[in-house]
Amino acid sequence: MVQSIVPEIIKESVVNLIQNKERADGRALDQYREISLETGILNKAEGSARVKIGKTQIVVGTKPQIGEPFPDTPNVGVLITNSELLPMAAPNFEPGPPDERSVELARVTDRCIREGQVIDLEKLAIIPGKKVWMIFLDMHIVDYDGNLFDAAVLGSLAALMNTKIPSTTIEGDEVVVDHEKMVPLPVKEQPLMCTLAKIGKELVVDPSLEEDDVLDARISIGVRVDGSICAMQKGGSVPLTREEILNAVGIAQEKTKELRKSLPKA
Amino acid sequence: MIIILTSKSIGENKGSLITSGTKKRPDGRAFDEMRPLKIEAGVLERADGSAYLEIGDNKVLAAVYGPRELHVRRLLKPNMAILRCRYNMAPFSVGDRKRPGPDRRSVEISKLTAEALNPSVFLEKFPRSTIDIFIEVLQAEGGTRCAGISAASVALADAGIPMRDMVAACAAGKSDGKVIMDLSEVEDKEGEADVPIAMMPRTGDITLLQMDGHLTSSEFEQALDLAIKGCKTISEEQKKAIKNRYGD
Repeated sequence: MVQSIVPEIIKESVVNLIQNKERADGRALDQYREISLETGILNKAEGSARVKIGKTQIVVGTKPQIGEPFPDTPNVGVLITNSELLPMAAPNFEPGPPDERSVELARVTDRCIREGQVIDLEKLAIIPGKKVWMIFLDMHIVDYDGNLFDAAVLGSLAALMNTKIPSTTIEGDEVVVDHEKMVPLPVKEQPLMCTLAKIGKELVVDPSLEEDDVLDARISIGVRVDGSICAMQKGGSVPLTREEILNAVGIAQEKTKELRKSLPKA
Repeated sequence: MIIILTSKSIGENKGSLITSGTKKRPDGRAFDEMRPLKIEAGVLERADGSAYLEIGDNKVLAAVYGPRELHVRRLLKPNMAILRCRYNMAPFSVGDRKRPGPDRRSVEISKLTAEALNPSVFLEKFPRSTIDIFIEVLQAEGGTRCAGISAASVALADAGIPMRDMVAACAAGKSDGKVIMDLSEVEDKEGEADVPIAMMPRTGDITLLQMDGHLTSSEFEQALDLAIKGCKTISEEQKKAIKNRYGD
């Protein structure tokens, strides 16, 4: 990926506005852009979602497959998270294998979903030690307008909640897969992620594209329903203070409550 | 080791209804009937031009960037722009998950798509630059290359790139012994032949032609005529999509 070049004048105006507690699009510092979430948008994927935060748009699809468990965890299913920053999403995204930014997005989303214990992976074992369900979660980033992390986690969670897998029975040594009887994934938690950007001395929620380009530092925080924290990632090359981090956690706990309202009712 | 039960046995003839003496197709269509078609222009924020197209259960997104500076010097043409295309299928677009990244099939389709669109664009107006087209198949149900080309041409128009005509693409072929328009996934897999074409309906120029299977020369002629008829229908929808976005 080519680093996008931000004209100094834009950087200056974004920073000056935020110093006065204002933003270019008129939002408050702790305000999200408009969020839209649709689920079950694709028939061929066993679970799917389209999420938009502002103009950022991600299509998420899930695919279950029967496979072998990892040797160190023989009795649990497998979750594999993958993301593609498609070249259609921004002029500086290039075709090719996932670059470091795409890998970071997939890994942070995976941590939030995994450590947030969204899926009861133990229930995905079919024959312990031999056959388990592997859930492939693929994120297709089709339009990039800032703040990918929050959209990725929201879309991934919604797609997993929408996923139905075939029921299985064991007859002797054989696994019988019944595509007529589809059952929902065992979803037990609903963590969400809130990203804040440090610009100048202020922290702003849901950085827009311009803000994402000029930010000094970024902090993404995964929060469960009960307010406990399940994942964090700092980005950007400017340090954060202890107080800034704790402040960010407090804001994320409040904001994820708001985000949660866009999830479909279980 | 793994047994898979499903009632969706491919080729099952759900609609063997007899209406006015003609046997209908598995999904109930007449031999010269296209699947339901929907095209929307200007669906993405960042791309210079974009389009979303659904035909049957196919769902395709196309985006255009350019004309823009070309950084790969050896591809640069001093007197005209080049047109590059990347056709890509989402891992969740098909029954069994597709591994991300290009394979031989998508590389070939990318090349043919660029060649199908090339003659429609006034490339000589933009020397030393590139026009990049990205096609993403979100859901595949037979005929994605044609869907991709039709969507890409709308995206080119949405980007304001001067063109001779919008390229429309449609397939015809033979399934269950009959020559038919716009093959579905089942008809393509179980059928005897597939002839996808792309054309500029204003001039009648055909810019893409492929064929696989087995046809007599008269069957081929029928298939070609059906595909041309399909292209003309798609062309009208393409124009509607642009008018819906920009008015008459």
